[in-house]
Amino acid sequence: MWPEAYPTDGGPRVGVYVCHCGTNIAGVVDIRRLTDYAARLPGVVVARDYKYMCSDPGQELIKKDIEEHRLNRVVVAACSPLLHEHTFRAATAAGGLNPFYVQMVSVRELDSWVHDDPGAATRKAQDLVRAAVQRVMFHEPLERRRVPVHPNVLVVGGGIAGIHAALTLANAGRHVYLVEREPTIGGHMAKFDKTFPTLDCAACILTPKMTAVRAHPNITLWTYAEVEKVDGFVGNYTVTVKRRPRYVDEDLCVGCLECIQACVYKEARVPDEFNLGLGRRKPIYIPFPQAVPQVVVIDPETCIEFKSGRCKKTCVEACGDRGAINLKQTETTEQIEVGAIILATGFKTFDARRIPYYGYGTYPNVYTALEVERLINASGPTGGQVVLRDGREPERVGIIHCVGSRDTNYNVYCSRVCCMYSIKLAHLIRERTGAEVYNFYIDIRTPGKGFEEFYNRALEEGIRFVRGKVGQVSDWAQTPEEQGKLVIQVEDTLAGMVRRIPVDMVVLSVGLEPQADAEEVRRLFNISCSTEGWFLERHPKLAPVSTFTDGIFLAGACQGPKDIPDAVAQAGAAAAEALALIDAGSIELEPNTAYVVEDDCSGCKTCIPLCPYNAITVVAETAKAQITEALCKGCGVCVAACPSGSIRQHLFEDEQIFAEIQGVLVAS
Amino acid sequence: MEGEPVGPRHGWEPTIVAFFCNWCTYTAADLAGTSRLKYPPNARIIRVMCSGRVDPQFVVEAFAQGADGVLIGGCHPGDCHYTEGNYKALRRVILLRRMLRQLGIEDGRLRLEWISASEGEKVARVIREMVQAVRELGPLDLPGRRAGWDAEVLREAPTPTAPVAAADGR
Repeated sequence: MWPEAYPTDGGPRVGVYVCHCGTNIAGVVDIRRLTDYAARLPGVVVARDYKYMCSDPGQELIKKDIEEHRLNRVVVAACSPLLHEHTFRAATAAGGLNPFYVQMVSVRELDSWVHDDPGAATRKAQDLVRAAVQRVMFHEPLERRRVPVHPNVLVVGGGIAGIHAALTLANAGRHVYLVEREPTIGGHMAKFDKTFPTLDCAACILTPKMTAVRAHPNITLWTYAEVEKVDGFVGNYTVTVKRRPRYVDEDLCVGCLECIQACVYKEARVPDEFNLGLGRRKPIYIPFPQAVPQVVVIDPETCIEFKSGRCKKTCVEACGDRGAINLKQTETTEQIEVGAIILATGFKTFDARRIPYYGYGTYPNVYTALEVERLINASGPTGGQVVLRDGREPERVGIIHCVGSRDTNYNVYCSRVCCMYSIKLAHLIRERTGAEVYNFYIDIRTPGKGFEEFYNRALEEGIRFVRGKVGQVSDWAQTPEEQGKLVIQVEDTLAGMVRRIPVDMVVLSVGLEPQADAEEVRRLFNISCSTEGWFLERHPKLAPVSTFTDGIFLAGACQGPKDIPDAVAQAGAAAAEALALIDAGSIELEPNTAYVVEDDCSGCKTCIPLCPYNAITVVAETAKAQITEALCKGCGVCVAACPSGSIRQHLFEDEQIFAEIQGVLVAS
Repeated sequence: MEGEPVGPRHGWEPTIVAFFCNWCTYTAADLAGTSRLKYPPNARIIRVMCSGRVDPQFVVEAFAQGADGVLIGGCHPGDCHYTEGNYKALRRVILLRRMLRQLGIEDGRLRLEWISASEGEKVARVIREMVQAVRELGPLDLPGRRAGWDAEVLREAPTPTAPVAAADGR
C-alpha cells in the first residue's frame, strides 16, 4: 500500500500526533479513541496525544520521536494547516527530517468546531487521520525556493494611515511610493477640526506629517494617481500607476496661487469637494490651504478653456515665465517594482440619504457629522462659524448617533468612532455657539484611553444625552414652540416616553463604510473582503495587518472602522511587517511548483495556453514541455489537464491526492 | 485493519468528498470553524491549491471508492488566486457531468460552488444542502455496482488496492 520506491529502508515509520487544543478539540473528539485508532493504522509506529501540540513540549515530542523511533513521516491532527503547518514543519526539521514529510489534519476547524456529535466527529477525525497517514507515505523531500525581494514598498492611500506607514518605512531607509487618488494627501483627518479625546487640532498634528512626506528623500509621492495593474508575487510586484493630468506641472508649480486669483471666474462658483459642497471653488483650485503637494489643479469639467477653447487663459498669463500651467498635459502611467504593498485606502461615510425619515437632503439644516467638522474647522467654508444655511447661529442642536450603524436595515456593525466624535462635536458646538446640545444614542461606547473621561466631561458641561433611537426628523409643528424648527421624535427609553424635541440643527452621526470601489481594489490586489466589504486580514488576532496574499498588508480603516490612534498603530505594524519582509533580502516560497516528467510528455501542448503565468514552454530540440520554476506559482491547473499525466506537482502529487481520497473513504 | 465500515452506524448516511481551494473555500471552511457554525459531519475536505487542480480523475476516483457525492469549492469568478483556475474547473465539471450522466451518476452528486474566504456561512449551507440532496438520491454504491460495468473508467486508478469488500459492507 505504500509507494514502491520508498526512500528509506525498512518501510514507512509514521508518527501521529493528536492535539487536544485544550478543550477545543478534546471537548468534542474522543482523543483516546482517535489516538488508539491511529496507532493501529498500517505504517504507524507511534501515536501520541498532547494538550497543546504547538507548544514547545508538544514540538519536542515530535522531535524526540523522530530521533528515538527513527520516524520518517509525521502526521499532526490539530488545527488548520493554514495556521500551524509551518510550526510542525519546523519541528520535523528540528528532528532531522525533511520538513515536507509532514501532513496536517484539521480536526479543529473542520471537525470539532463544526460538529456537536462526539461520535460522528470522532469517526470523521479517524477518516481524516487515516487519509493523512496514507497520503504522507507518498511525500517526498523538498527544498524551499529562495527568491530575492525587491526593497521598495508601495503604499496605496495618503490618509493618516498611509502617511504614517510611508514615513515609518522611509525613516528606516526604504524607498516608498505613496499613491493617492485625490489631488492632496491628508484623507479624512485633514477635514477634521479637533480630534477626540484630547481635542488637539487635527491640522496641527497632521500637516507636519504631510509636509514631511513631501520633503522626504525616500518618498515618491504621486497624488491624483491610481493603481491600475498589479502583477507578480510577494517580494516581486510590478505595479502600474495611472497619473491623471492636473494640467499643472508639479515640478514647476510653487504654490503661489496667483493663477487662482487671475482666473476669469471672479467668483468661486463650483461646489468644493473638500468642503463637501458647503463651500465654493474656482475651476483652478487647491483643495485646501495646507494641501500637499502645494500644487494647483485645473478641473477640466468646469474650466472654460476645456469647455469652449476660448478662454483668455489669464491663469497661464499669471504664471508667467514659470510656465507651470500645461493645458496639454495628458494622463501618464508609471511602472514600478516593489517588494511589498501596504493598502491604506480608508473608508467612506454612510450616505445619510438612505434613511429618508432623518430628512437629510430634504431639510437644509440636517447635516452629516463630516459637514459639521468642516463648519467648525477654522479653514472651512464659514471660517469656523457654526451657522445654519441662512447664517443664523443654532440655539438648539440634536446629534443623532448610529446613523447607518447597528441597524439591521443598513449595517449591523458598530462604526466605533461615532460616539466619540459625536461627543466631541457636541462639545465644540456648545463651545462655539453656546447652543443647547442633545445627543440621541442607543448605547454610549467609549472603550478607549481617556474616552470615558471625555464623556463624563461632556456630561458635566451640560450636554444632554437622551437614550433612544430617533424615529423621525420633521418640520411638522404641533405646538407654537415647534414652529420653524426641526422636530426630533424619539422614544426616551430611560424616561419611558415618546418625546418631541424641537431643534435648529440636526447632526447625523454617520457610520463608516468600505470605499465604494473596495471590491475593485480588492480584486486588483487579489485579496479578500469580509461580507461587509472591509479588507480581510489574515488572522483577526495574530495577523491583523497581513492578508492572504503574501507581501500585501493593511493599514487603517480599509480593514474596518477605526479611530486615528488605531489607524496609526496599525500603519506602524504594517510598516514593520513590510520591513521584516524586505529586510530579509530574500524569501522562501512553497515548493509546490509543477514539473514535467520529460519521458512521458508527448508534446501535445495542451498545457501551454492553460498557464496564466506563461511558465510553460516547448523545448525546440526535444519538442517536450518545460516549466520555468521561477514563474510557476503552483496552481496545478496544467497538472490536472495533462492527458499523459507527465506534469506533476510537488506537495500535491496525484498519488498523494489519490491516497487521500481512498483514505477518507475506505477503512483499510 | 478492522475493516470497519466508514460513516455513521445507524442507518445510511451519505459520504461527501470535498475538494476545496486553498485560498477561498478552504479558508472559508476555516472561518466556518472559527465562527463555530454547525454543519453535518458527512463531508471529508481535501485541500488543493486551486479548484483548477481538481483532475476529473479525482472525482471519478472518489465515486469509485464509495463517495456518494463530490463537492468542489473554488473562488468566485474573477477572484481566483491564480487568475482563472476556477474557470478551468468550471469547464471540466461541465464536461465531467456529461460523462457521469452516462454512468448513471446523477447531476446532484457533483456540485461546484464558488465560496469566497469570507463566506464561512456558505460552506456550512452548501454542505448542509448537498448532504440533504444526496441523502434523497440515496447511496451511489459505485464499488458495489461496478462489477457489472465496463471497467474502462476505473482502469486508470493508480493504486489498484480498491478493497471493494470493505465498501460492500456498508
